[in-house]
Amino acid sequence: MEEKREALFGKTLNQLETVVKELELPRFTAAQIADWLYKKDVTAIEEMTNLSKAAREKLTSRFEVGLSDPVKVQTSVDGTKKYLYRARNGKFIETAYMPERNRHTLCVSSQVGCKMGCLFCFTAKQGFQGNLSAGEILNQIRSLPERHQLTNIVYMGMGEPFDNMEGVMQSLEILTSDYGFGMSPRRITVSTIGIIPAMKVFLEESTCHLAVSLHSPFEEERRRLMPIEHVYSLTEVLEAIRSFPLGKQRRISFEYIVFKDLNHSPRHVKELARILNGIRCRINLLRFHPVPGTPLQAPDDATLGEFKTALENKGIVTTIRKSRGQDIYAACGLLSTKEQQVI
Amino acid sequence: MKSLTKVTIISNLEVAPGAYVLSFPRSFEFVPGQVIGIAMNPADKPRLYSIASGNKENVVRILYTVKPEGKLTPDLARLHAGDTIYVSEPFGGFICDEQKAVWVATGTGIAPFSSMFYSGLGKNKTLIQGNRFANGLYFRDDFEKEMGPRYVPSCTREQVAGVYHGRVLKYLSEKKDLDLSVKYYLCGSAEMVVDVRDLLIERGMPFENVVAEIFF
Repeated sequence: MEEKREALFGKTLNQLETVVKELELPRFTAAQIADWLYKKDVTAIEEMTNLSKAAREKLTSRFEVGLSDPVKVQTSVDGTKKYLYRARNGKFIETAYMPERNRHTLCVSSQVGCKMGCLFCFTAKQGFQGNLSAGEILNQIRSLPERHQLTNIVYMGMGEPFDNMEGVMQSLEILTSDYGFGMSPRRITVSTIGIIPAMKVFLEESTCHLAVSLHSPFEEERRRLMPIEHVYSLTEVLEAIRSFPLGKQRRISFEYIVFKDLNHSPRHVKELARILNGIRCRINLLRFHPVPGTPLQAPDDATLGEFKTALENKGIVTTIRKSRGQDIYAACGLLSTKEQQVI
Repeated sequence: MKSLTKVTIISNLEVAPGAYVLSFPRSFEFVPGQVIGIAMNPADKPRLYSIASGNKENVVRILYTVKPEGKLTPDLARLHAGDTIYVSEPFGGFICDEQKAVWVATGTGIAPFSSMFYSGLGKNKTLIQGNRFANGLYFRDDFEKEMGPRYVPSCTREQVAGVYHGRVLKYLSEKKDLDLSVKYYLCGSAEMVVDVRDLLIERGMPFENVVAEIFF
């Protein structure tokens, strides 16, 4: 079997400069390669026609572009599409594309599976099979048939982004750099359950938006839903956010899945108002999408609306996120490829 | 991350192929089940490890396995007595009281429970410990001696007298008389934690009685 060559796609400009240096090519070749990789739709090194033939041959001897088309797509009645991609370790990941009138959002995965074990998440049930490289994260965007319509990217698919800092930060650099996709960081949101050291690095080194999974303002209750609370408490997460100057453009949002009879009482409203006091933020309420075997249930729409109103009455900007792609298991918390290892 | 302090290693013993117990003098108080950050140098990003020793002991012990691609463990495994590393203050909330409970661990997920055990919290606990091979049943002798029938060792890749053959999930699923009135504490791979939690919930256990710790 032919050995897989290293992927060029997903390398930063610095890394491409190292590649061309090793191959004894002119330094400017790195910028040319970046241009072909991130601004033009090439799929093979041979298509990089402003590189000399010798340069292309040298590159081809060790590298390939490394793109991978989706192997399967499912389309929801609401227009959401769930794409299945093969990662380079042979496992699979899912990506959800959610088109709306003026906004076309792609929800990308950062890991194959997840280690975090949240009670309400379907991805947790497949365990952890590996980190995605920057190239594999970006491939979900670059190889998407609708890539030219995309307006927003959210790192809210499979995996905990801040458990894969190398791949995530590298992919963000390429997405937002002039040499890369040139995308505004204001169009990108990275979600975390609150791994504090990595979150601090992200806040310092990136200007993309941050979303934090909250789900309960009470540590004991949050701990039952999210084991990470044992290690990094919500109090410390909020302290870290408070201590960071965010500026006017950067948005912090708190994701809050509402579970029936669990986390939407007046007591929760009062505590949320207390702990979020002083943080310029908004709360995104999410309908819970029951996963097999879960003891948790979804609330009705009226409950969700009442909870939203109660939070707004406390002065918290609150939105309800529209559920998308539930019929194809593409909605929030439902991505998993456990049953798709063989297709 | 908490600030880091330099400590001198007392010993770094290979207790099974690729598995080590590193010890250094205890200079802080901690609650059994807590973690510390460890780094080779003060500027490095610390990696988190559960403390494996008791909270009254003079030394702190850390159990780790070497991950060939890991950022820290290959270097840790090369250390000897007298070498130094940097450790954070202990933190974390995976803690257990003196109530009757069941501990379920796989691999180095035994560390928080061994800390609880060596701190005197094992008296009314049942411990189900799993690994692939029997030599990965760390601290087994001590558990067997103290806990007797309340200690259930299991391994998946070999058959050994006195050791259940199979995954801890299989052991629990075969048990028809699971005590659902006590808390279950789980620590190990994400897959084990999620599978066992699902099984317990399926058997009718309130999810708030399942306390899970994760590796990352």
